Amino acid sequence: MTRLLLSGLGAALLVLATAPLMPSGAHAAGGDDARADLLARYAAEAGADFPGFSAERGRALFMGPHAGGKPETPACATCHTPDPRAMGRHYRTGRDILPMAVSANPDRFTDTADVEKRFGRDCPNVLGRACTPLEKGDFITYLSGE
Amino acid sequence: MFRPLALAAILATLGITSPVLADDDYMPPVRHGATAKECGECHMAFQPALLPAGAWHRLMAGLDDHFGENASLPPETAADIEAYLVAGARRRGDPEVIRITEQRWWRHEHDFSPQRLARAGAAGPSDCLACHKGAEQGYYEDD
Repeated sequence: MTRLLLSGLGAALLVLATAPLMPSGAHAAGGDDARADLLARYAAEAGADFPGFSAERGRALFMGPHAGGKPETPACATCHTPDPRAMGRHYRTGRDILPMAVSANPDRFTDTADVEKRFGRDCPNVLGRACTPLEKGDFITYLSGE
Repeated sequence: MFRPLALAAILATLGITSPVLADDDYMPPVRHGATAKECGECHMAFQPALLPAGAWHRLMAGLDDHFGENASLPPETAADIEAYLVAGARRRGDPEVIRITEQRWWRHEHDFSPQRLARAGAAGPSDCLACHKGAEQGYYEDD
């Protein structure tokens, strides 16, 4: 009982202590810079004949449907829903997924390692292959404007 | 917002014992940043005490095919998470079985029809939160 009491209090204090640290949007400007850096990187990787990123192509990539990936996930929109400002839901676990649209989730596309991790996992799921740098930039461009 | 753990803490402080606070129904929540972030991105970050150490080792060695999903992580992140999971691992259980819901104790605790899970809106047996609203805080009282 003592152990339980201490852990219960500890958990409550942890919640109280971390509550003021919730995202406030104060770092949104920094987020814009980080996204711009990421887009510049993908533009450089896209090669000499880089045509510029297209929100329209990014939207088509997001909405699908695509063939070649897992039958359960023919589109990004399968989990993220066709409304990128809405909460998504993991197709197997039911886990909530924060919105993809930057307007609804200013932290999106601000951490290069996280972004690369997700593209690395989700492009094979949806497309059956890795995404190209052009596709990644299109995707981010589309969702930055949503 | 309803915070079951805050309520539990108050009850505990007052010395009120309740069936929802039986020892078997509580385990310390995940308080390790990388574990909470990386595991919790796709499913509830399951507490270390849900699997024995051997099972955590096996599970973490196969992240490239994690129940059919690629859940690969940088080696240093994976090692950090594995150390945390193993340190708090369940003392008993089958080290060969990496699916929590196939551990004998879990099956014993959930000896009811699959329809009950469906009625709760569970995505599957591993969707603890569908029934145990305080699961992420470590509370698995019977709902």
